[in-house]
Amino acid sequence: MAETIDVIMDDMKMNRALTRIAHEILEHNGGAATIAVIGVLTRGAVLARRIAKAIEELEHVSVDLGFMDISLYRDDVHSKLDQPVIQRTDILFPVKDRNVILVDDVLFTGRTIRAALDQIVDFGRPRTIQLAVLVDRGHRELPIKADYVGINVPTRKTDQVVVEVSEKDGVDRVSVHPNHDGKGRRSETGGGAR
Amino acid sequence: MSKLASRHLLGLEGVSADDISLILDTTHTFREVLDRPIKKLPTLRGLTVLNLFYEPSTRTRISFELAEKRLSADTVSFTTATSSVKKGESLRDTVQNIEAMKIDMIVVRHSSAGTPYYLTQCSDANVINAGDGSHEHPTQALLDMYTIRKKYGKLAGLRVVLVGDVKHSRVIRSNIWGLKALGASVALCGPSTLLPAEVERYGCDIYTSLDEALDGADVVNIMRLQLERQQAGLFPSQREYTNLFGITRERLKRLNKNYTIMHPGPMNRGVEISSEVADGDSSVILDQVTNGQAVRMAVLYLLSGPEAEGPQA
Repeated sequence: MAETIDVIMDDMKMNRALTRIAHEILEHNGGAATIAVIGVLTRGAVLARRIAKAIEELEHVSVDLGFMDISLYRDDVHSKLDQPVIQRTDILFPVKDRNVILVDDVLFTGRTIRAALDQIVDFGRPRTIQLAVLVDRGHRELPIKADYVGINVPTRKTDQVVVEVSEKDGVDRVSVHPNHDGKGRRSETGGGAR
Repeated sequence: MSKLASRHLLGLEGVSADDISLILDTTHTFREVLDRPIKKLPTLRGLTVLNLFYEPSTRTRISFELAEKRLSADTVSFTTATSSVKKGESLRDTVQNIEAMKIDMIVVRHSSAGTPYYLTQCSDANVINAGDGSHEHPTQALLDMYTIRKKYGKLAGLRVVLVGDVKHSRVIRSNIWGLKALGASVALCGPSTLLPAEVERYGCDIYTSLDEALDGADVVNIMRLQLERQQAGLFPSQREYTNLFGITRERLKRLNKNYTIMHPGPMNRGVEISSEVADGDSSVILDQVTNGQAVRMAVLYLLSGPEAEGPQA
C-alpha cells in the first residue's frame, strides 16, 4: 500500500509564513538596524535569504546575511554512517552586539540548533540570538524553543518532514512522510527531511 | 555524504583523484576557520591523537599539533629523546603500549620508509604519514596542491617543476603522485646524481638543466638541499649546486606570467633559492605553512569518521 504524503504547505503558504516571520522580527527588534540574519545550510540558508530580502523590502535597508554549516559542531559526527560533506561557513560581518536571527527549515530534536549556537558564539558575542524556523515538528531532546515559527506540526518521531524550496528542488512545499525506519534525516531525493 | 577509500593516509601513490579532491575541498572549509576570531572546533572532541616523531621536525609537528588542538582532540606528543626507545624498546612495543592507553589516531614521522604501513599492521588506530624516509610526505604534497589550486582555481593543465634532490625527497615523490592524479603536467629537475634510477617510470619530464625546465612553467617547487648529500659525494660543492640549480630572479624570466614560487621549508637562503625570490611577490611559501594546517585538519577530520574499508592509501 502506497504511503500517504501529507502536504502541509504550498508555495503560497510558505511565502505568507516567511513574510509574517519578517514582520514579527522587525516588530520584536524595533526595526532592522541591529539585525543580522544567519541561515543553517542548506535549506535554512535559502529561507534566511528570503527573510532577509523581505526585511529589506519592508524597511528599505540592507541586512547582513550569513550562512553556516554546522557539521563540524555536531555531537554525532563520529557516530554517523558517513562523514558529512562540509560546506563553507560565510559570516563576513561582526556578530558582536547584534541581534542575530538564526534561521533553519525544521526544528526537531534541537541538536542542530545547539551546534549552530556554539558556532555563532565562536564568532563573537551577539546581543541576542533569536531562532526562526519554518516548521516546528516537536520531539525536542534539548531545552530549545523557536522565537518565530512558520507552522507547528504534530508528528510521530518516525515521520519525515520534507522541506522543498524552489531554489534547490524546483518547488516550494512542506510535506510529512510516514516513515517507519526511525531516520528523520536528509532524504536521498532532495528536499530537507527532518 | 563522503568517505575516503582508506582509513589511513600513508602516501598519495594510488590514491584516487576523487579522494584527493575531497581532501582539498574539505581543506577549503578549514582554511576559513583559521581566519575566524576563535580558531577552534569541537569536531574531534573525545578522540586522542598520538604524535610519534622519530625524526626532528618543527613545521610538520607543530602544524599537526595545532590542527589536532584546533579540532579539540586530546594529543600526546612523543619524541625519542625522552622515551623508552632510548632503553631499547622496539617501535612495535612502543606503539602497542601507547595504544593500550586508548589511542585513536597516530601521526608518525620516521627515517625508515614503510614505518606508517608497519604501524597499520600492529595497531588499530588510523595512521597518518608525516614523512617516512625517502618514501612519501603526503600532507606536504596536499598542502602544496591546495596552495596551487587556491591561486589558479585548478591543477589540471598547469606545468609544475619540482627542483632538487629527486632521489631522496619524499616531498617530491608525494607531489608527483598527487599532481599527476589531478591532471597537472609535472617536470623533475636536479643533478643527474640526485635523480633515481629508472626516473622515467614516474611519467614526468626529466631535466638536468634548470633553465630548460623552467621554460613555460607555471609553478616552481624548490626542495631544500640536504648538505649531507654533498658529504656523500653526490655533488661537488654547494656553490656549484647554487650556480646550476639555485633559483634566482634572473632565471624567473623563463617562467610563464603569473608564476608561483614554492618551498616546503626550511630554506637554505642563497643556496637553492635566493632571498629576493623567497621574499618576492610570487612566493607563496608562508601561505603554504598556513594552508598546511588546514590540510591537516581536513585529513584528521576525514580519517576520524566511520570506518572506511578499502585499499591502503
